[in-house]
This record gives sequence, C-alpha cells and structure tokens, in this order.
Amino acid sequence: MNPIARLRQLAASLFHRDGSAREIDEELRSHIAHRADDLARAGMDRPRAERQARIEFGGLEHYKEESHQALGGNSIRTLLQDLRYSIRVLRKSPGFTIAAVLTLALAIGANAVVFGVLNALILRPLNVPHPQSLYTIEHGGYKDTSSSYPDFLDLRKRNRSFEDLTAYILVQVGLDTGREVSQPWAYEVTGNYFDAMQVRPYLGRFFHDADEHGPNSAPYLVISYAFWHSHFQEDRTVVGRVVLVNKHPFTIIGVAPPEFNGTLIFFYPDFWLPMVQQEQVQGLKVLDARGERDMYMVLGHMKAGVTPAQAIADLNAVGAYLEKTYPKDDAYMTFSLARPSLAGDMLGPGVKAFMTGMMLLAGLILLAACANLGSLFAARAADRSREVALRLALGSTRKRILRSVFTEALLISLLGGALGLEGSVALLRALSVWHPIPQYPMHVPVYADANVYLAAFLLALVSGFLFGAAPVRQILRTNPYEVVKAGSFTILTGNTARRLTLRDILLVVQIAICGVLVTSSLVAVRGLVRSMHSNFGFEPRNALLADSSLRMAGYTGDRIPAMERHMIESLEALPGVKSVGLVSYVPLGGGGATADVFTEQTTDLRTANAAANSQVFKVSPGYFRAAGTSLLAGRSFTWQDDKDSPRVAVVNALFARKIFGSVTNAIGRFYKTDDGTRVQVVGVTQDGKYYLLTEDPRPAMFFPFLQSPIGNISMVVRSERDPLELAAEIRRTVRNLDPSLPLTTQTWTQGLDIALFPSHVATVALGVLGMMGAMLSLTGIFGMAAYSVSKRLKELGIRVALGAQRKEVLQAALGRPLRLLALGSAAGLLLGILAARVLAYIVYQASPRDPLVLAGVVLAMCLLGLLATWIPAQRALSINPIVLLREE
Amino acid sequence: MPEQAQLLPGTLDLLILKAVSLGPLHGYGVLLRIGQITSSALLIEQGALYPALFRLVRQGLLKASWGTSENNRRAKFYELTAAGRKRFREETEGWNRVAAAMASALAATAEEI
Repeated sequence: MNPIARLRQLAASLFHRDGSAREIDEELRSHIAHRADDLARAGMDRPRAERQARIEFGGLEHYKEESHQALGGNSIRTLLQDLRYSIRVLRKSPGFTIAAVLTLALAIGANAVVFGVLNALILRPLNVPHPQSLYTIEHGGYKDTSSSYPDFLDLRKRNRSFEDLTAYILVQVGLDTGREVSQPWAYEVTGNYFDAMQVRPYLGRFFHDADEHGPNSAPYLVISYAFWHSHFQEDRTVVGRVVLVNKHPFTIIGVAPPEFNGTLIFFYPDFWLPMVQQEQVQGLKVLDARGERDMYMVLGHMKAGVTPAQAIADLNAVGAYLEKTYPKDDAYMTFSLARPSLAGDMLGPGVKAFMTGMMLLAGLILLAACANLGSLFAARAADRSREVALRLALGSTRKRILRSVFTEALLISLLGGALGLEGSVALLRALSVWHPIPQYPMHVPVYADANVYLAAFLLALVSGFLFGAAPVRQILRTNPYEVVKAGSFTILTGNTARRLTLRDILLVVQIAICGVLVTSSLVAVRGLVRSMHSNFGFEPRNALLADSSLRMAGYTGDRIPAMERHMIESLEALPGVKSVGLVSYVPLGGGGATADVFTEQTTDLRTANAAANSQVFKVSPGYFRAAGTSLLAGRSFTWQDDKDSPRVAVVNALFARKIFGSVTNAIGRFYKTDDGTRVQVVGVTQDGKYYLLTEDPRPAMFFPFLQSPIGNISMVVRSERDPLELAAEIRRTVRNLDPSLPLTTQTWTQGLDIALFPSHVATVALGVLGMMGAMLSLTGIFGMAAYSVSKRLKELGIRVALGAQRKEVLQAALGRPLRLLALGSAAGLLLGILAARVLAYIVYQASPRDPLVLAGVVLAMCLLGLLATWIPAQRALSINPIVLLREE
Repeated sequence: MPEQAQLLPGTLDLLILKAVSLGPLHGYGVLLRIGQITSSALLIEQGALYPALFRLVRQGLLKASWGTSENNRRAKFYELTAAGRKRFREETEGWNRVAAAMASALAATAEEI
C-alpha cells in the first residue's frame, strides 16, 4: 500500500473509529443474515435459522476485535477502549480510587519536592555561561576554599590550565542611598570577575581589570537586578548615581542581568564592588598580606582540553613554587578542585550526603506506597476473579485483560502524579521565597523546572507499572472454568492458606520501610532536642545580641574602641541589664576567624611549624560574664588591658592543654601569634562550640578588644527582661549615641538558628517523611486487616456459632496482619538504627543507641498496629452468625 | 457430510484469493465458493474468514465496495486488485511447487532411492 493510502487509513481509523467499527459490525451481521437465509431456505424456521447461523459464525465479539486488528490502527482504539473501561471501573469504586490517587499523590509529591531541592542545589549548574568548566580552587591542606590575595595573584599569573581566575569574598556593608540606610550583602570581587564569569550587564557597564589602579581607585558598584527592582524601582537613571558605602562615595555603574546572582547557589548578593576598595569596605588592608589565607574564594573556567587532574598538577606546581619562595606564609600549598555553587567542600559534601539520603528515603516512601497499592490491586483482582473469568470465557485474551489492569494502574499513577506534582510545585515555590535565616540573604532557589516535571512523570509511570504488576500472576493463573463453576466461597481457600503470599511480602516490606522512617525521624528529633540543651560553652538563654558596625558608620582608628566602650557603658546602665559583653564574632553565629599559634620557643613562624590553629575572638572585659562562659583558672580582662599594657589572652581549656600541657600550667605562660607577638595567658575558659555544632573541640583564644580593635561587633546583653522591650530600649540608646550606627537585635536563641539550621531542616524533613511512612503503613495494615476480616466473615461466623471466644475470633481474624506487623517493625527498626549512623553527621547528637528512641519506635509501631486493626477487629467481634447465615 | 480436514496455516489467504479471482464476491459468498471449489473438504470457522479478508484488504491485495447481494441484502463485495492478481499467481506457483515436491517425496519407494 502506498504511504498516502496508509496514512489515510490510519487517520480514518483514528477519527472514524466508530464508523469503521459500525462497518465491521454491519458486514459480520450481513454474513450471519445470508447464512440464516440459506438455512431458512433449507427448511428451518426463521428464529432457529438465525440462532444456528450465529453459532456457526463463532465468537462475534472476538472476530470483530480480530478484524479491527487486521485492519490496523487498532492500538489507539484499544487504548481508548481500555481507558474508558478503566474510568468506568474506577468510578464504580470511588473509595478505592481516591485512596489510591491520594496515596500516590503524597508519595510522588514528596519525591518531587526532594528531587526539586536536589536538582536546584546539586544537579543544576550555576547560571553562568559554560558552567561545566567552572571550578573553585580549594586548598588541599586545609580543605577550605580560601586564599590570600597575593597567593591568588600568583595562582592567576602562573597557572596554565585556566582561562582566567577571579576571587571574591562576601561582605556586609552600610549603604546610604540618600533616601534610605540599609545593610545589604555584597561580593567584594577582583576587577576581572564579570569578565571571567562571561556575563554581560543588563544596564550600564561592569568594572574591569583596567578600572583598578591601586587601593581605593575604583569606587564603583554593580547592583543586582533584584536589588535594582526592590530598592530603585527599576529606575534606569540609577546608572551614574553616587551612593555612600560605609560613608564612602561609590558610583553605581551598572545592573547585572536578572539571571546572574553571583557564584554561590544559595547566597545572592545585592551588589558587587571591586576588591581594591577593601579598606573602605572591610576596614582591612590585607591585599598584600600573603599569610591572610582565609580570605578569598578563587574560581575560574578551566581551559578546553585540560583535565581536572592536569589542572591540579599545574596548580600544585605553582603551590610548590610559592612554598619555596614564601616559606614564612605559605605551607601545605596543594590544591583540589570543587564545584563553586556550594562553596566547594565547605558545604558540598554535607549537602550532597543529606540530599542523597533524603532522596533515598523519599524513594522508600514511594516504594511503600507502591507496595500498598500493589496489595490493594492484588486484593481487588482476587475480588474480581469472577469478572476476569467471565471476560476470558467470553473470548477476551489474557493479554487484553492485563492491558486493562495496567491501564487502570497507570491512570491512577498519572492522576496521583499530577496531583502530587501540583502540590510539590506549590511547596517548592514557597521554599524558594523562604528566607531561612533573616540576617543573611540566603535563598533556596528550588523552583520546579523541566527536570522536576520529567522526574515526577517517570516516577508515576514506574510506580504504575510496579503496583500494576502485583496481580499479574493471579490473572495469568485464572482458570475461567474453575472460577465460574465454583462459587465465591471456594476462592477463599486459596487465600487462607498458610503460605506467604505476595501481598504479605509487600506488607512486610512496607512496614519495614515505615519502621526505618519512624526510627530515623525519632533519632533526629531526639538529637535536635538534646542539642538545644547541650553545653555550647555559653548560655544562650536570657541574652540578647545587638550587632553593629562602627566601620559602616565611618569610624576609624582610636575612635572605634572609644565609642565601643561608650556603648557598653550606656547599655550596662539600662535597668534590668545584668552584664554586657562585646565580641568580634558570636560563637555559632555563622562567622569566625582562625589563626596559627606558636610556642614561645619557635622562631621560624611558618605555618608548618604552628603548634595549633586556633579560633580567634576579640572581646570586652565583661564578655565572659555576659556570655555565661565560665573561667576555669586565672582572670578575665579588665579595662587596663589596653594597647599601652602588655599583650594578654584568655584561652580555652583545649588550647591550654595543647600548648602548655594543662589548664593550671597555662596561667602566666607565653605563646606567639603568627605575627610574632608574645602573648601572656591570663585566664583559661571552658571549651565550647564555635563554628559548627557538630565540630570536634577546637582551640580558641580571646584577646582584649582594646588591644586588637574591631569594627564589626556583637554585643551580648544579659537580662531577664522581656527581650522585645529591651531590644527597643537598646536601639533607642544606641541611636542616641550616634544615629548613623547600624544596629540589629535578636535573642541569642534566634542567633543560634544558623547553627541549628541543618538539624532543623533534617528534623522537619525526616519528620514529614516519617509521618508519611506511618500513614502509608497505617492504611496498608488497615487494608489488609479489613480485607481479611471481610473475606472471612462467613468462616468467622461459623466459628462464633460453634462457640469460639472473642480472643479466638480476633486471633483468627487479625493474627496474620499483626504477625506481619511485628516482622516488618523488627526489620525496620534494625535498618533504621543502621541508617541513623549516617544521620549523626548532620544532626548533632543524633544517636540510635538511645533507649528512648528504641522505646519510641516500638510504641509508635504498636500504636500503628492498634489503630489500623481497631475497626476490622470491631467488625470481627460484632459478627452475628444468625444474620450471616440467613444471608447465605 | 464428508470428512473435513484442518486448514494448513497460510492456506486460507490463498483460498480467498482464488475464490475472489473467479469473480467479485461478498464475504459469505467467498465462504460458499471455497466450500464449492474444495468440495467442502476443508473446515473453516465462518468468523475466521473476516480477519483474513481485512488483512488482505490492508495489504492492498483486495479491494472492497458495498453493494446489494442476490438475497437483496447490503453486503460488501471483494475483488482482486492488480497487486492481488500478481500475488495470487506467485502464491499459486509457489504452492504448486511445494505440493509437487511433497507429493513426489511422499510417493517415493525404496527402489527409487
């Protein structure tokens, strides 16, 4: 047949399928009529002749079907037929349909959300040209992403593997646009940043290398599209406007395109400014300090044709050169490459491990849902075995019946998938506008893209096939003759048999999955609760934090400590305030600084000779009291520890043990900082948590702020007064001192949000998944128990009539589901304990070896069993044999 | 009724082509004609005829049109297309070759070998 005719026929069968069906029908009937005519002519009376003709013809419906197939273009017709049939069947049992669709919607929705986040954080590359070749350079030695500026310049100049290298650092600045004062976040970047990232300005221009001519030579700002929108109402005349950054005039020269939000996926800057302005922006002069290692993140596009291994070798060669040339400042100069979007290995591995774990758990949820629906489908198939037998007897093929079962399953899974996707898209949208930690411009840009839709669709398809496959064996085994001959009663003997059926296995698997989820969510919750009450080395309750920056307000030199002392004294004078302390970085507040320290005897102060790498804090005399950090030995600072007196320090117990052998030994002894200054230890404090809740104990040293001035401060105000009221009073007091001082206040407990953020996220996520798992096994057990009771009503009735006791009836009716529950729970608990080991990396103090957790899991599973079997048990107990037997 | 033999697979198509080659026929007529030319020696379930007819139509070997039968009923009449005629000749030759080979093989006696 020529292709056009074939097409025409295909179209005909598509659009005139009713017509062609009618034609086939007419032709076949015409045949029967002709045959009947012949038979009548031979002497048969008309009705008998027609009957005889039909018998001789054979299965009319069967041949119609085959004729359709022979004509081709049949698959779409069959599909539509199957679809119509499935819709009819599903509408006949709305309870089943709704339960199944909702179950799947929840499971697929959960998967879509988790996948959406995974996609946004890990799979989706940064929105810059050629993201695949963009790498950030990490110090192999320290496993961090930062470099000093001179090292960066050498790396940039001497490497042969990268197109270009650029560096940046996050800074918060005081911005005065003339209309409003705010404290936005910015990237301080090298001049070639935009060129290296290959982005074009949306408006105006970007700055380039050529704009930089030494310190403070390029007072330019490039603002982000979002900041332009929110702070300048998309005013196109903004280019060329002069604004004040930390009281210094800067010119806005351009607006970045809307899709470019810096080179970290979760931290959107409000603007970019050149690194040469560092002194005005950060109040630092470290562009020539090679030893200031933890400053700048370095990244760049690798050249085409260079492998990561070659690039690392190249960088290491530069590193070896640097080590040799600058032995005092550079040590351990080996490098590795990482993706820049999650700040390299700082967050990358943790986020990846967590998201992979979540994806796994979500996958388990979906599997549990499939197991649930699979057993529902198997039960339905058993109920419908008569229907199946009838269809087989009427000439339907097994293939056709299986196809209609799968159509039904897929219909449910696609409906559930669509519903779940809709919910997850809404949830993802809510997540992407969520600012988890108000003081940082953190974003979780997790909008659903094509990947998410595709994943949801595929998951729906796969799960449809999975649970649709449950009744396959049953249908293939159906012998129409046996089923039609036997009443509904005999089918039961198959089900009550002792052997483990597919449905039993599915239920056990599902309960085990639920057990894993319940165990891990309980472990996480317990860990979170415990970490809230653990010893941080300070007391966050009844303390307010007031953050300010004198640098942003334009203070310099000696005016800084003078004003700070003034602030402390004014706040101490407030009624109800017990103590006030000032610190450079609040521990567990998301920031921090470290430095190498050396023993007194060391003369060659290179990093390789350092005795320890210690956390550095600069504090006021009242800090330890205000923070609730106890002194183990010696004294705290006094106002006499100023720049005219000898340099002193308070160290933590670990520091004391590490450098001096013991706490008591340390008092009065000396050590050296990385610039060679001899410092005397005057006090020792308890150890604490400084950067991460999950960190190993770290050495820490505290310097008096009068000896090491700080421009950015946090004041800890200890008081039992109402925090809101006190915060307002603190703001008033500071404003009275100097209205240009920026100030943000929060309780210290709120300030811990950033440290507890991973635990919070993990706990909430696991809690939600745990709840879903519990719900799924609840419905699963309920379905099984209800089904087994309803199927065995007659048997149970007879037992009751023969004098069975309540206990025996219950045992007969519910023994099996409960045994399966116990089996599944035990397996789930065991697996959950194994899984919780992984959790311990994310949630501080998460430990599965906790009697409370174990008891909680057992209790939860018992409760589940009780809840799920309650209604079926009631039904079994209320059996009235007389009523039942009368129905027979 | 004479004893009937099961139809060999693939032979129904050839029989239909043969029946139609003798003149346009409707479905029931095809059946009658086959019965006539085989002296009712072959058993064909009546309904099975139609999937075969439609398959031949789809292959472009037959063409069909509605008309009125001798019983004054509406019926679909089939006739050979050019391709159908060609295929009928080829299949007939093929069949004859196979049949002759089979016959001579089955008639072989010990002396001939």
